[in-house]
Amino acid sequence: MTPTEYEYLRKFLKDNSGLDLSADKQYLIESRLLPLARKAGLSGIAELVQKLQGGARQLITDVVEAMTTNETFFFRDKVPFDHFREHIMPEIIKARAAKRSVRIWCAAGSTGQEPYSLAMCLKEMGAALTGWRVEIIATDLSQEVLEKAKAGVYSQFEVQRGLPIQMLVKYFKQTGETWQINPELRAMIQHRQLNLLHDFAQLGTFDVIFCRNVLIYFDQDTKINIFNRLARQIEPDGFLVLGAAETVVGLTDTFRPIPERRGLYKPNDPRAAAAKPALGGAAPRLAAMAGR
Amino acid sequence: MKTCLVVDDSSVVRKIARRILEGLEFEVTEAEDGSKALEICQRQLPDAVLLDWNMPVMDGFEFMGHMRRLPGGDQPKVVFCTTENNVAHIAQALSGGANEYIMKPFDKDIIADKFAEVGLLPVGQAMV
Repeated sequence: MTPTEYEYLRKFLKDNSGLDLSADKQYLIESRLLPLARKAGLSGIAELVQKLQGGARQLITDVVEAMTTNETFFFRDKVPFDHFREHIMPEIIKARAAKRSVRIWCAAGSTGQEPYSLAMCLKEMGAALTGWRVEIIATDLSQEVLEKAKAGVYSQFEVQRGLPIQMLVKYFKQTGETWQINPELRAMIQHRQLNLLHDFAQLGTFDVIFCRNVLIYFDQDTKINIFNRLARQIEPDGFLVLGAAETVVGLTDTFRPIPERRGLYKPNDPRAAAAKPALGGAAPRLAAMAGR
Repeated sequence: MKTCLVVDDSSVVRKIARRILEGLEFEVTEAEDGSKALEICQRQLPDAVLLDWNMPVMDGFEFMGHMRRLPGGDQPKVVFCTTENNVAHIAQALSGGANEYIMKPFDKDIIADKFAEVGLLPVGQAMV
């Protein structure tokens, strides 16, 4: 890949998805886009770039999807799920004892491993949630990824990443070489296509938002804008969970970190947050991207 | 350094497993069937056993039964690693005292994940 091609793809991805690649991510582009180029009958990255410059619409969508899809596995990083079991849910169960309902949003649900991991955690809580209304909304940018999440079918390789064997036996059904998550768990999750750059107010408010390993790809203004909009969709006593390499610190005061709980945040008092003027900068970019 | 006994009748599989486990800082010993593995365990129990199922002389399931009855034999973490990839075999292994189960083929990520699962590795190491 020539430096010119790399620069073109960097700018193209930033304009079309908000993805903000640093100068040294050639390997990432090659590993994701070479297979895609070959599948489309192209000779390589150079020809792919030509087609993109020519405005090939399907290819534009495919490139954005290929670059924004993350590796994921069940109970990825473990710690957030410990937070969920030991801290988040016990507090919610207390706070919502009268209402008996909990709404959870996986904002980068990808191929379903994260929402299904949460569903398994909730199932394991058993009687504590009897009679509760549990809603898990899993969103992702990519339609292809959502279809996979909906089907809940995983390869033997995928079910061996992060998933304890007892849970595999308990919550999956084997069909030949693949494993499908039980209908009961599939029914706990609604899958929706969503670009975090676009308005998501229509999703309503949530008690818990998992937004892991997606904001790292965005530039600072976009991150701030998304945090501020996430803050409007979270209950005042709700929880935000970010990825291990992500933080709100230095970006926004709409959330505050919970001490000793890495990656876990609570919204600050909304009145205090509302009194501050909205942080600008990202709005024109959003408008420019709305046509995607 | 933690110790792991790799039990498999294929020398190729043992070699691959050894390379992965040494990379995860285990001291590795090898046995080519359940009977030889049991002799090793009678001398000294390892921290972990990576265990094939189908082997000549004594299979992995029978070996596990004998090993679990040795003094201190409840301590080693047993991770099956076999081409037997159906629920019936998995359930049999778990009820027979296995801690985890790997369906072949495997790679470094799967071994690291499964060993972290049973507490033989810190979680962070499995994420690399």
